[in-house]
Amino acid sequence: MKISCDIDIKHLTRVEGHGNIRIIIKDGMVKEARWEVVETPRFFEAILVGKHFENAPYLCGRICGICSIGHTLASIRAVENGFGIRPTPQTQRLRLLLKHMETLQSHILHVYFLVAPDYLGVGSVLPLTLSHPEVVQQALRLKLLANDICDEVGGRRLHPTRTVVGGFTMLPDRYRLGQFRQRLQASLADLTASVELFRSFTIPDFQLETEFVSLKGDGDYPFIGGDLISTDGVVKQEQEYAAMTNEYMADYSTSKLSRLSRKSLAVGALARINNNFAGLLPQARVIAEELGLVPVIHNPYMNVVAQLVECVQVVLESMQLIDDLLAEPWQDHRQPVEPREGIGVAAVEVPRGILYHCLHLDAAGRIVKADCVIPTSQNHANILHDIEELALFCATQRKSDKEIELLAEMLVRAYDPCISCSVH
Amino acid sequence: MQKTFLGVPVVRPKVAFFELSSCEGCQLQLLNNEATLLDFLSLVEIVRFREGMKEAGDDYEIAFVEGSITRFDEEVQLKVIRERAKIVVALGSCACFGGVNQLKNRFNDLEWVKKEVYGSFPIETQEVKPLSAVIKVDLEIYGCPIKKEEVERIVTALVLGEQIHHPQYPVCMECKARENICLFDLGEPCLGPVTRAGCDAWCPSNRLGCWGCRGPAPEANLSQLQIIMAERGISQERMIDRLECFGGFGTFVDEVKGKKGEPR
Repeated sequence: MKISCDIDIKHLTRVEGHGNIRIIIKDGMVKEARWEVVETPRFFEAILVGKHFENAPYLCGRICGICSIGHTLASIRAVENGFGIRPTPQTQRLRLLLKHMETLQSHILHVYFLVAPDYLGVGSVLPLTLSHPEVVQQALRLKLLANDICDEVGGRRLHPTRTVVGGFTMLPDRYRLGQFRQRLQASLADLTASVELFRSFTIPDFQLETEFVSLKGDGDYPFIGGDLISTDGVVKQEQEYAAMTNEYMADYSTSKLSRLSRKSLAVGALARINNNFAGLLPQARVIAEELGLVPVIHNPYMNVVAQLVECVQVVLESMQLIDDLLAEPWQDHRQPVEPREGIGVAAVEVPRGILYHCLHLDAAGRIVKADCVIPTSQNHANILHDIEELALFCATQRKSDKEIELLAEMLVRAYDPCISCSVH
Repeated sequence: MQKTFLGVPVVRPKVAFFELSSCEGCQLQLLNNEATLLDFLSLVEIVRFREGMKEAGDDYEIAFVEGSITRFDEEVQLKVIRERAKIVVALGSCACFGGVNQLKNRFNDLEWVKKEVYGSFPIETQEVKPLSAVIKVDLEIYGCPIKKEEVERIVTALVLGEQIHHPQYPVCMECKARENICLFDLGEPCLGPVTRAGCDAWCPSNRLGCWGCRGPAPEANLSQLQIIMAERGISQERMIDRLECFGGFGTFVDEVKGKKGEPR
């Protein structure tokens, strides 16, 4: 049996940012298996130095065009933790609602626009507008709803305007929040249809034992702040984030890389479900079980399925959040902010996994040092590891170059990498 | 399917999207107008959109380029795009002015910048440049992020061969027309008086002062801005934070700062 292939993908498509895949197999032997990150760095951590704290959320949101809300909220939390400010329950609820809608928006973009074309045998979502118009309409409805709520709560779906240290510049309209509650309820039908669609796909079966890192739930399914946990049993506090990320550089990547108990680790929807399955709401948990998503799942391709389960989770939680918000009259939207010297750390679960911002602030509130550890940078080493294992697996299989190429592309896409973000 | 406009057949131009150093948010904004997305897609023929499709054509008439130049290979890529495209459009503030990326230029010390982030690990980067520093740009679409409605208006005009006009007046005019509370009256600094309009006062309408992402309005009175800020008791530091944020007010910032670069 002679198995050979030469796969050279420059700038993988349908992912955010620039990465290359290289797999060479000769006579059943893997000669090369690489995942390269070639994105240009933008040096956000240097840019922040010397800037007043109010710049941090405004600038850091611009690290990423998909998860700008997550970055903005992480920076705000880092500053507030540094200054010893505790946001009011109302601010916490509004921020979580905003975060949830970013998660919904981002997951829907990923599962429908970036991943589904592979399972439906097309190159992009464009042909699906003709062949599967109902699928595209479902996706657009869900994405529109999420984005509309982001506009209402955060002021803007991309690079939000109302989110500031201490709270919000202005509050959403209560009547419209009530209307969004109804649309969220109605969106469950589209989500059910989405689950059915993905149930009809054959997810590649590829098991790789992995260490999964996320926020640590306590009977809940956390997104903003708290302790950190890995499936290998490591538990740390939020401010000890660096012990969870252990960043290093390597020649194949302009992004930093992470490791913990093993050579690599994984973060994201699958990591969250693996660590916090017990915190899923009953309706979301039933769907997870139906889709075969019971921890610990070690198949990276299943991250997409985990994202769908999270869509259900965040929609259900958002309805509850709106109920809670509307049950009380509005309180002050913005707390006073008193700068003080200190180090503020924030751990926030953004669509692609756990994100950390750390800001060293001086007594006047200026940034002395900044550190941002991005979910995709934590995933890069694991993506490389998976590509190596996939190559070894393919070397024993009778697969065409095209099949191997597709499997490799789908593997990287499953992580939903945000490569510009990871290099920042 | 042949599209027509007022009975006249409309040719769908071949369009390609590219990204240099950026958050890719401006391209995503194009997917973010779900209600009109399908109509928009019917107006053009997209031959390259790496973030959304696997196919990648090199035959295109209009190239939308997002992001700024921060590495030599991006200059090379941009020159190739210029040769192939009839019209090159700079998409968003990074492409037009350097965007937030150009804030690293303010240190005038690339070695320090590299060391601050990567330590001793070797990494390639250069002073951040907008597209117009390397090639001729035919059209600029401002904003961080771009406003989808404005892009749709501009692309429609391009397809129909109409002239494209940017507002000459500042954001302040649009803000007044929306009857917003003036941010200065709330004690917030705002670049609305000097920034080019066209966003419909996006940020001030959400009670966030304008940070000038669209660059100066042609009629901007920058020295008057300094007077307004001083009268309202807003520090020069906060004014400069906004003026230098996206690169559009470069020469004026140099004047105010005294061209020395920032001490660390």
